[in-house]
Amino acid sequence: MVNTSVSLCGVKLKNPVVPASGTFGFGYEFSDIYDINILGAISIKGTTKEPRFGNPTPRIAECTSGLINSVGLQNPGIHAVIEKEIPRLREVYSNPIISNISGFSIDEYVYCCEKINEVKDVDIIEVNVSCPNVHNGGMSFGTLPENVEAVTKAVKKVTTKPVFIKLTPNVTDITSIAKACEQGGADGISLINTCQGLRLDLNKRKPIIANKIGGFSGRAVFPIALRMVWQVYEAVKLPIMGIGGVATAEDVVEMMMAGATAVQVGAENLVNPYACSDIINSLPSVMEKYKIKDLNEIIGVAHQ
Amino acid sequence: MKQSYLKVLTNEKLTANVCKMTLMGDVSAIERPGQFVNIAIDGLFLRRPISVCDVEDNVLTIIYKVVGKGTEKMSYMKGGEILDILTGLGNGYFTDLSGEKPLLVGGGVGVPPMYKLCKELIKEGKEPTVILGFNTKSEVFYENEFKALGVTVFVTTVDGSYGIKGFVTDAIKEVGEYTYLYTCGPEPMLKALYNAVTTSGQFSFEERMGCGFGACMGCSCKTKYGNKRICKDGPVLVKEEIIW
Ligand SMILES: Cc1cc2nc3c(=O)[nH]c(=O)nc-3n(C[C@H](O)[C@H](O)[C@H](O)COP(=O)(O)OP(=O)(O)OC[C@H]3O[C@@H](n4cnc5c(N)ncnc54)[C@H](O)[C@@H]3O)c2cc1C
Ligand SMILES: Cc1cc2nc3c(=O)[nH]c(=O)nc-3n(C[C@H](O)[C@H](O)[C@H](O)COP(=O)(O)O)c2cc1C
Ligand code: FES
Repeated sequence: MVNTSVSLCGVKLKNPVVPASGTFGFGYEFSDIYDINILGAISIKGTTKEPRFGNPTPRIAECTSGLINSVGLQNPGIHAVIEKEIPRLREVYSNPIISNISGFSIDEYVYCCEKINEVKDVDIIEVNVSCPNVHNGGMSFGTLPENVEAVTKAVKKVTTKPVFIKLTPNVTDITSIAKACEQGGADGISLINTCQGLRLDLNKRKPIIANKIGGFSGRAVFPIALRMVWQVYEAVKLPIMGIGGVATAEDVVEMMMAGATAVQVGAENLVNPYACSDIINSLPSVMEKYKIKDLNEIIGVAHQ
Repeated sequence: MKQSYLKVLTNEKLTANVCKMTLMGDVSAIERPGQFVNIAIDGLFLRRPISVCDVEDNVLTIIYKVVGKGTEKMSYMKGGEILDILTGLGNGYFTDLSGEKPLLVGGGVGVPPMYKLCKELIKEGKEPTVILGFNTKSEVFYENEFKALGVTVFVTTVDGSYGIKGFVTDAIKEVGEYTYLYTCGPEPMLKALYNAVTTSGQFSFEERMGCGFGACMGCSCKTKYGNKRICKDGPVLVKEEIIW
């Protein structure tokens, strides 16, 4: 018997496999396909204060081993998520829930985190700092250490649950951003969000995506994500959820060896709805193959 | 929704760039005409959404136009290939609202879903009339298949090289009385029909998709009944809810 369970700031996950925000709806949609209680945790769709329709379509463009999305944080708003979506997920799912929060101002982050902190069914708050800051010419919060620190401090003040800050990879030095999270009092770090990307329609001689530039993710970004997890592990002491291009149990093991305590699966769920289930099912045999008795042994082991 | 591994039985050209493929396997998740399947293709990241043209017992028929990498790869399949397909996606057409004499209008590769729908309506004792719209004679397909079902079929071509010259809307006056509209085709055609028909109806839309089963919000559209996902709450919308 191998041990696949891990712990994130005291929240116990029966395995480190977590569907990533935005690629798994509010979770319950997948309960028709397989028993979602096999999952370590679920990170639900990014939520803002007000309901949002998001960006115009087309929002999706295919790439080699990945896709660009420009959904634009479509969600029903924090109140509907608390009153309808989370209870609906709870009816079919009893493991940890990670609530992913977005905002376009510090006030909005604070408002949403304060509200979600009161929800007993939420175990971890994941703050997505990749959103554009409306008070700063639309530049992403996550690209400046001082902004990341400010958001972190502000949400930590109004929360008691573990707060993970989710980082954008579109920065010059990920370690300075990670250190800002630590400075601000974050309990953990999730990374990476999508990489900015672009595809053109050759017939129309124009971008495929209505919003032109979107977020690139999927298998192709795995080495980039792994590198960033590696760097952040060396820079800070916080637990890490590794995200980006994960598609197999081997990828999970590799992310953990680079420093992740848990691993999120995003785009792969869209093309293989059973992706997380397949990964969880093959995890024990992959662990045996690499002589891993307990996953906790391998977190960051590649740095030794 | 169900993930099925279907075996390609036949794959033949209907016109220069439109192919018909039949596949065998577990298609039990397909409940209604107008639903679609999402096909994984080796070497490509996203699946390709294609409408159900027909389904009988364990055989699925699809008709696709070769427009890019995925459909080109499909066109080279010879039979015997096993494809990973998500089946039974989308809402599909509801036949209970059709009345006695529904009008079915398909444009280009919007024609295929009309076929299974036509069969279902006939089975329910209704009398469908069918209009098939194409650009030119060499692009016409499935006229005879519809005629074999015993229904009245009008074909239009934009250049007048076959059938009625003009758009599908030019054929409506030939139809006489009809009770309801079912349609699928390019958006300008849908819009023209929306303005031309006097009855209610169901319109099938296309959008670029991430997942095809409701998880990613890649395919959203606004309707009078709220935001909908074309892949899950659609692709079929009722006339009353459409916002152009
Ligand atoms: C619900 C639905 C039903 C459809 N039914 C049919 C059908 O019965 N017959 C048929 O010929 N075509 C149908 N289409 C269109 C078909 O999905 C595209 O033509 C096909 O995906 C093109 O793939 P490709 O690799 O050849 O083109 P590429 O241009 O190489 O594809 C690149 C990407 O764009 C997407 N894409 C390109 N064109 C479209 C489009 N028109 N709609 C949605 N996504 C697109 C592809 O899926 C892929 O992700 C349907 C589309 C939808 C949404
Ligand atoms: C369609 C789509 C929607 C997403 N929505 C969100 C979101 O709402 N909040 C968020 O923090 N990340 C969102 N992401 C980013 C993913 O959670 C993940 O960080 C990223 O896609 C990298 O992982 P992957 O390569 O496995 O997809 C989204 C990604 C995709 C593909
Ligand atoms: S394509 Fe993912 S929700 Fe419709």
